[in-house]
Amino acid sequence: MPLSDSELKSLKEKAAKLRNDIVDVTFWAGGAHIGGAMSMVDIITILYNKFMKFDSSNPDLEDRDRFVLSKGHTGVGLAPLLAEKGFFDKETLKTFNQFNSPFGMHLDSLKVRGLDASTGSLGHGMPISLGMALAARVKGLNYKTYCLIGDGEMNEGSNWEAIMAAAHYKVTSLIPIVDFNKRMIDGEVKDIMSIDPLADKWKAFGFDVIEINGHDFNQLNDAIEKANAAVDRPVVIIANTIKGKGIDFMEDQTKWHYGSIDSTVVEKAKASIAANS
Amino acid sequence: MSKEILGTTWTVYDADTLTQAEIYGKVLTDLGKSNPNIVALTADLAKSTKIGKFQDEFPERFFNVGIAEQNLFGVAAGMAKSGLLPVVSTMAAFASMRAAEQVRTDICYQNLNVKIIATHAGLSFGSAGSTHHCTEDLSIMRAFPNMTVIVPADGIETANAVRAAIEYDGPVYIRIGRGFEPTYYENEDYGFEIGKAVKLREGTDITIIATGIGVLQAAEAADFLKENDDISVEVINMHTIKPIDREAIIAAVKNSRRILTIEEHNTFGGLGSAVAEVIVESGVSCAFEKVGIPDEFSIVGYPEDLYSHYKLDANGIIDKVRELMGKDFEEDDNWDDEV
Repeated sequence: MPLSDSELKSLKEKAAKLRNDIVDVTFWAGGAHIGGAMSMVDIITILYNKFMKFDSSNPDLEDRDRFVLSKGHTGVGLAPLLAEKGFFDKETLKTFNQFNSPFGMHLDSLKVRGLDASTGSLGHGMPISLGMALAARVKGLNYKTYCLIGDGEMNEGSNWEAIMAAAHYKVTSLIPIVDFNKRMIDGEVKDIMSIDPLADKWKAFGFDVIEINGHDFNQLNDAIEKANAAVDRPVVIIANTIKGKGIDFMEDQTKWHYGSIDSTVVEKAKASIAANS
Repeated sequence: MSKEILGTTWTVYDADTLTQAEIYGKVLTDLGKSNPNIVALTADLAKSTKIGKFQDEFPERFFNVGIAEQNLFGVAAGMAKSGLLPVVSTMAAFASMRAAEQVRTDICYQNLNVKIIATHAGLSFGSAGSTHHCTEDLSIMRAFPNMTVIVPADGIETANAVRAAIEYDGPVYIRIGRGFEPTYYENEDYGFEIGKAVKLREGTDITIIATGIGVLQAAEAADFLKENDDISVEVINMHTIKPIDREAIIAAVKNSRRILTIEEHNTFGGLGSAVAEVIVESGVSCAFEKVGIPDEFSIVGYPEDLYSHYKLDANGIIDKVRELMGKDFEEDDNWDDEV
């Protein structure tokens, strides 16, 4: 079902708020992977606000939907969303990166309430997500497992092992989404280690592919609905995104893969977010 | 000595021994009946690892992910994170090295309830060469926080270890051979407990702390030495490498003041190293030697020939004991006459 006008408005507001929160946490943390966090904001905003079933008062609920952040270095983007959804107090994010904080650059599922998996080492999210999805099958549960994959980590062989196996097992409850922001640490993905043609690679491995603009909530909504309705062949959503999305001076800039920001930049960033939303 | 007989069991198909090897597969299948959360996983080694028995009984709870060990352990982590109890079996070389990071970061870091049954460990796949030998895994696995590391002496102890691992909450690495190895134990009723060494022979002159295939060999060596050399050898089966039984080690040092460790592993980082750490930290000194593979890539051959070559068989252990007995250890200030 298409998004209503009020749903769309609400999602845009939530995404803008999350972008602001990420700017705050990046400031508190002293530095973060802000570029890749901004590129995934709209994807995780619609997942957590429209599609995923969970209960923040019972994070271990057996038939909750799962979310695995395979691109674990952008935990700075997920943590404030989990806070917003009620898993913990946003104030605790002020300790981010500090001595013995529960929050570091890569989030720890034993320390961060509501986090479904510890990630950080790239290429691990798809195998873990596949395990979660197969567990649903064994246990006769109907939950979905969403896995957000970075485009750079499509270089990792372990992801392709899991993609091959997911298609083999016809695991349609696993919904991978590629945050295709075209950039990795050392430069553009196409120059460092090209993953093109990405859609054809997934198709060859047995997936149906939906390619969308990952910042368009209507397209995200349609794609996730279609992926949820898959029967035999699992579906991957390739979300074309912009690194640093929402902050004009960070957009499509490889140098903002990781950045530190001072209070002046915080104000500039928030002004840009306000102007763009 | 039964060396010739051991050789025969390895090189010739022996139905009785094979049955012993398959005990753990049967145990796992039995446990699977009472615990619906147990799932079994492998990477194209269902037959070689004997975990295929579980597949016959519970096809819907069995996953063969093909030759993809990183995915194998990542999938197991995801399953455990979702409340299943995965038992993963593949060769030790791949479990501990190809997928080391998945075992560490996906399983141990999240303290997940995954049981790893690593087969073909040590030199047990002798003729396959160093690609398929595994003499590094104990060192690797015991450096992973939350991991428990068990090296059963034989098929019967493997059955006990699997049972105990299933009851224990947390990651466990169980290291076995190909399943053709001769057995020390005649039955399972000797009080197996994770982290608790088992004393097999009383003795006062020297203590052999052995693990895995070394246990039977150490016991045979002890019996021979008692009879022929009048040496009283204490033998300890250290089936759990981590957490190691500190009390048993310290008691042995105080008892005999001579310790010989036997392991089918590099002498760096495995049982010998773990025992040495305990001894040094205890402040009680003793004569000490490690028998294992001396930091080299092991040579090719039938396992029993390799055990002989590396002095891991009863004959080799007898030589080592005689050597160590010839060395003095005294509590005086004269260091020249000591080990």
